[in-house]
Amino acid sequence: MSAEAGQQHPLGIYLKIWILLFVLSTLSYLVDYFNFQGLLRWSLIIIFMLLKAGFIIAIFMHVMWERMALVLTILGPPVALLFLIGFMVSEGHYTFGARVDHFGANPNAQPLPVTHIGADHEGASH
Amino acid sequence: MSDTAATNITESRSGMAGLVDDWTSDKQTYHVPWGKAMMWIFLVSDTFIFTCFLVGYMTVRTSTAEPWPVPAEVFALSFFGSDPIPLILIAIMTFILITSSGTMALAVNYGYRKDKRMTAILMMVTAAFGASFVGMQAFEWTKLITEGVRPWGNPWGAPQFGSVFFMVTGFHGLHVTAGVIYLSIVARKVIKGHYDKKGFEIVEITGLYWHFVDLVWVFIFAFFYLW
Repeated sequence: MSAEAGQQHPLGIYLKIWILLFVLSTLSYLVDYFNFQGLLRWSLIIIFMLLKAGFIIAIFMHVMWERMALVLTILGPPVALLFLIGFMVSEGHYTFGARVDHFGANPNAQPLPVTHIGADHEGASH
Repeated sequence: MSDTAATNITESRSGMAGLVDDWTSDKQTYHVPWGKAMMWIFLVSDTFIFTCFLVGYMTVRTSTAEPWPVPAEVFALSFFGSDPIPLILIAIMTFILITSSGTMALAVNYGYRKDKRMTAILMMVTAAFGASFVGMQAFEWTKLITEGVRPWGNPWGAPQFGSVFFMVTGFHGLHVTAGVIYLSIVARKVIKGHYDKKGFEIVEITGLYWHFVDLVWVFIFAFFYLW
């Protein structure tokens, strides 16, 4: 069991994961670059994010080689956060609905276009 | 350190049976150096802090009826008068942080091989990547502040955009800055031979902190910049 002798693994696995993280980051950047929208966008972003997080935790932080007692101490408590997220999604939507239904907020308001202040390309963004 | 811990569990099973063994043996539960266990407990608590920030962000973003500024436009950058490229600086920052995680993983590996020189070099390279990350973040903050983004408002839409941006990226940047200092201190001690007798677990512990900072950025990148 490697955990006790210190986490020692071949260099190759780190290099492979490193390259993989690069690829996944590039893919998630391309989601924005090619301006995917809707369900496709959110699912791709979440999948790439979870894959990246999983590889960092499992390989770089060595969690997959740790003993179960430590693994569950690390990964167990954050499960409670999923409930917080769920509750606050519901709460956020409720507040939004109240603002639209009772305070006359426009649910389809669009943000103003962004103009960047630059030395030689003022207003270049549109 | 590793010797004493190792002797405790030579007979131990792995998996769920090992979980029962570790918790019921009336001995030390976590068979790792105490510093590593404490770092993990700190990181779990830090997970809660960052999740609270991100959940707070999610809540204001879903509940505000004001339109949220488009991150791809806000964080676009032109080079030499070109058309602005969306999120390019953030993409570069992401790659820098991943690269620094890679060099950190290598440093841990060289540490356990007792190659002090390579360990210290790789840790300093990691710290240098971290410092450049903070530098780019300072640039980004300056740019947004110049354009009128404030914690209480911005020229484009929902005023919460600024408060979330400064809060979340600021707290993350603070972690990166602390990591750069932490790495530099440990790298210096490695070179000076402080860990020759104690063992090089400290490099792995420092690495855990650094990978965590990278991990948090993965979520910030996905939820704040791409969403």
